[in-house]
Amino acid sequence: MAKYSLKINGKTQQVDVDPLTPILWVLRDHLNLQGTKYGCGIAQCGACTIHLNGMAVRSCQLPVSSIGRQEITTIEGLSENGTHPVQEAWLEHDVAQCGYCQSGQIMTAVALLKNNPNPSDEDIEATISGNICRCGTYLRIKEAIKTAAKK
Amino acid sequence: MMENKKTYTRRSFIQSSVLAGGGLMLSFSWFSEAKAVEKGLSFNLMGDWNQLNGYIQITTDNIVKIMCPNPEFGQNVMTSLPMIAAEELDVDWKDVKVEMASHDNVKFGNQFTGGSNSVRAYWKPLRNAGASARQMLIEAAAQTWNVPASEITTKVGILSHSSGKTAKYGEMAAKAASIAVPKEVKLKSPKDFSIIRNSRKNIEGVKIVTGKPLFGMDYSMEGMQIAMVQHPPAFGMKLKSFDASAALKMPGIKDVFSIKIFEEGSNRGAFETRTFNELIAIVGKSTWEVMNARKVLKVDWEIAPERKEFMMVRGNKVEEITPYGLESTDLHFEKMREWAKKPAKVLRRDGDPENAFNNAAVVIERTYNAPFLAHNCMEPINFFAHVEADKALFVGPLQAPNFADATLAARFGLPADKIEILMTRMGGGFGRRAYHHYMVEAGLISQRAKTPIKLIYSREDDMTYGIYRPMYTATYRAALDVNKNLIGFHVTGGGIPENPIHANRFPAGAVDNYLADGWEIPSNITIGAFRAPRSNFNAAAEQSFLDEVAEAMGKDPIQLRLDLLKKAKERPVGSNNDYDPGRYIGVLELLMEKSGWGKSENAGKKRGVAAYFCHASYAGHVVDMVLRDGLPYVERVISAVDCGVVVNPDAATNMVQGAVVDGIGQSFYGALTHKNGAAEQNNFHNYRMIRANEVPQKIEVHFVQNDIDPTGLGEPPFPPVFGAVANALFQTTGQRYYNQPFVSDQGQPKS
Repeated sequence: MAKYSLKINGKTQQVDVDPLTPILWVLRDHLNLQGTKYGCGIAQCGACTIHLNGMAVRSCQLPVSSIGRQEITTIEGLSENGTHPVQEAWLEHDVAQCGYCQSGQIMTAVALLKNNPNPSDEDIEATISGNICRCGTYLRIKEAIKTAAKK
Repeated sequence: MMENKKTYTRRSFIQSSVLAGGGLMLSFSWFSEAKAVEKGLSFNLMGDWNQLNGYIQITTDNIVKIMCPNPEFGQNVMTSLPMIAAEELDVDWKDVKVEMASHDNVKFGNQFTGGSNSVRAYWKPLRNAGASARQMLIEAAAQTWNVPASEITTKVGILSHSSGKTAKYGEMAAKAASIAVPKEVKLKSPKDFSIIRNSRKNIEGVKIVTGKPLFGMDYSMEGMQIAMVQHPPAFGMKLKSFDASAALKMPGIKDVFSIKIFEEGSNRGAFETRTFNELIAIVGKSTWEVMNARKVLKVDWEIAPERKEFMMVRGNKVEEITPYGLESTDLHFEKMREWAKKPAKVLRRDGDPENAFNNAAVVIERTYNAPFLAHNCMEPINFFAHVEADKALFVGPLQAPNFADATLAARFGLPADKIEILMTRMGGGFGRRAYHHYMVEAGLISQRAKTPIKLIYSREDDMTYGIYRPMYTATYRAALDVNKNLIGFHVTGGGIPENPIHANRFPAGAVDNYLADGWEIPSNITIGAFRAPRSNFNAAAEQSFLDEVAEAMGKDPIQLRLDLLKKAKERPVGSNNDYDPGRYIGVLELLMEKSGWGKSENAGKKRGVAAYFCHASYAGHVVDMVLRDGLPYVERVISAVDCGVVVNPDAATNMVQGAVVDGIGQSFYGALTHKNGAAEQNNFHNYRMIRANEVPQKIEVHFVQNDIDPTGLGEPPFPPVFGAVANALFQTTGQRYYNQPFVSDQGQPKS
C-alpha cells in the first residue's frame, strides 16, 4: 500500500492503495467516481477512457503509481449538468441506447476535438474506432462529434 | 375527435387512491388479451405473466409522475412507455417525471424485458390508465364548478370550461382521487396524437452523458464488499478441491469459499440455466484486491459426470440430460454432419413434398452454418445482494425480475414479500440478463459472508460462462418444375442444443408442398435467448437461400418474395401460418420504393436484400456493399419496418440503426468457438466486435405508416440484416457465403 495525492477534476484527493491498482478502480472503488466504466480491463473497448493532462487514456491499464502530478479529468469533470459542448451534441443527437459505453465515447471525443478542432470523417473514425458500442450507435456518435466541432 | 371504446374487461383493474399531500394516484393492473409473446418462444413463461401494472401520480403542485414498469436496457422504454400514458392523460411532456419501478409482482406484474414485448404489451393498459386519470380529473372539475363533465375540455394539463373557469390538473388531483374509476373511457384517435409519434429525447439522456451512477456496476452501499467468482475453465468440468491459503493472506481479502448455486435434485425453473453449479467465491474490500487474490487460488478441477435435471413444463415434470465430456467446435461440426443424415422430427408438412421433389426438374440444396455467439453486453454481469435471516435486498441489471423472484424465494427460503429487487439501468441485455444465476450467486455469497456484497464478473468471466446463442445448421431444398415454378420446399434445421426452425413462418403457407423438420444435439455448453432467438439464424439461411432460388428461377429476388406472399395472402396453404402476408408485402414495397430497387441509376450497385417476420413485426433491408482495400464493406443500408404505430420515432430509428450495425458485426465477425470444453475467445482482443470504422456511412430507416397497435421493435430489424449481407456478398464477390461469420475465419467448419 502507498499513499497518493491525485489531482482529479481540479480537486486534489488522497488515496492509500496498492501501487499497481489501475486508476479505473481507484476512481470507482475508492473515490466514488462511477462515471468511468469497466468494460474489458485490457484497453480494448474504451469504456474506461479518461484524460491525463488532456490526453485520452485507458484507465484500466494505468497504474495509480504512474500518474504523479498529471491532471486527471473524468466524465464527471466535464460539466455538472451536461453543458459541455460535446455532451450537448450527444443530447441533441440522442445518441445513447443502453448508455454504458457513452462516457468513454464522450471522453474520447472531447480529447479528439481539443487536439483537432475540425476533424475529418477519417480522423473521427480512426479515433473512435478504439471504443466499442455494443448497441451500435456509431453513426450518431460520428454525427454528434461533427456537431460539437461546429460549436 | 374521440372514439368510444370499451376498454375494460372483467379481468382488468384500476384503483385510485389519495397521495400523501393530497394528490391522485392511479394504479392499475391489466390482464392483456393481446398475444404477448410469439408462439414457440424458446423459453417457458409461467402463469399469468401478462398481468400488467403501472402507476400514474399527480401531485397538487402539478407534477405528473409515471412509473416505468419494465427494466430499461437501451430499448428506450423509460421514455416511450410514459409517453403512451402522457398522451391520453393530455399533459405537457415537460411536466412528466419518470421513475423506474422496483420489482413488485403485485403492483407491476411480470415486468419482463424481452421478446420485443414492452411497448406491445403496455400499449393498451397505459392508454387506458392515462385516459381514466384524465376522465377523473374532468369529473372532479365538473363537481367543483357544478357544470356537466361533457362541457369540460383539457389541453396539456389544464382543465377548461366555456364559462372561463380553468384549473391545472394538480388543483383537481386530490378531488379526482375520490372519484370512481370510470368503467369506460374514450381513447384518442391516432390522428390526434401529439406526444406519440413525436420524437422525445431519452429521459435519462443527461444522466448518461454526465456519467451518473445508473448501472448495477455503479451501485454501492455502506459496508459493501466486492465479490468475484471462479468458474471451471471448461464446460464439462467441475470443482474438485481448492486451496485458498495464499489468497486469504492477500491484502483486503475477507473470505474465500465455494457456493452451490442450485440445490442438488431441485427442479429447474424458468431461466434457471445451470452452467456450472459450484463456484469459488472471493470476497474482499476492493475490486483490484479481489482480482489479485483470485489469481493465487490453487484449484483442482475434474470432469463432471452426466447430469440429470427436471424441469416443469406446462405442469409436467420433464427430464433433461446434460451430457458429460469436453466438447470442441471441430467435433460439433462433425456431429452435425452425422445427425443431418439421420431421419429428423417432422415439424410441418403440407401437400406431398416427397412427390414434388421426385418429380422436380431441378432441385437446389444448400446448407448453412452458424457458430455460438456471446452476448458481450458492455456492462459485464454483476449484482448487489444483501441477504439477512429474514429479508433480502437485490440490486442490479436484469430482464426478468418476476422469474428471478421465484428462484430467490425458493433458494433462500424467504417469502416473496421479504425479497426486494431494485432494477438498475442495464448496460445492454440482448437476452443474457434474463438468466438470473448471477443473482443467486450474489445472494449466496452475501449470506455466507454475512455482509452486503456486489458480485462482479470480469469480461473473461462474462464471455466464458456460457448461455450463448446456440450453434445452428440448416439445409434448405427447393424443387422447381420444368417451367421453373417452385413446386416444393424443404428445410431441415439442426442445432447444438436447439433446433432453429420456425415451421409456420414464410415460405410456409406459400408453397403447396412443404416440409419442415429438425433435430437437436445435447451439449453441456449452455445457451440462452439472444436478440431474436432462432430468427437471427433462420433469416440468414432462408433469406440467402431464397436469393439463390430466385436466381435459378430467373426472377428478381424481391419479385419472387412478392409472388410467394401474394399466394400466401390469396390462397394460403395450411391454416396456422404465423405471419400476415399483407404486412410483409408492405415492407417489401416500401423497401423497393425507398431504395430505388431495380432503377437504372442503381444498376451499378452491389446490393443484397432480405426481409423477415419475427415476434410480431416485419422488417427488411437493402444493403449496398463495396470492396474496400479488398475487403467487403457495407456502405449504405436502407431499412423498412412495419411495427405498427411508432411511439418515439427518433429513438425507434436509433434502435433500427443499432440492429443493422449489430447484424453486420455479428454476421461478419461473430463467433465463439471451443476446444476441449474451453471457450477459445475470452475478451475483445480475440472476440471481434464491429467498430466505428466498419459501419455504413448511412442507414436510412423508413417505417410503414399505419394505425396498427404497436407490434414490437427491439428484435425484428436484426435477423434480416444477416440475409441481406449474405446476398450483397454474393453480388460483390461472385461467391455465395454459407457459413457465419462471413468475413472472419473463426468458427468455420473444416471440410
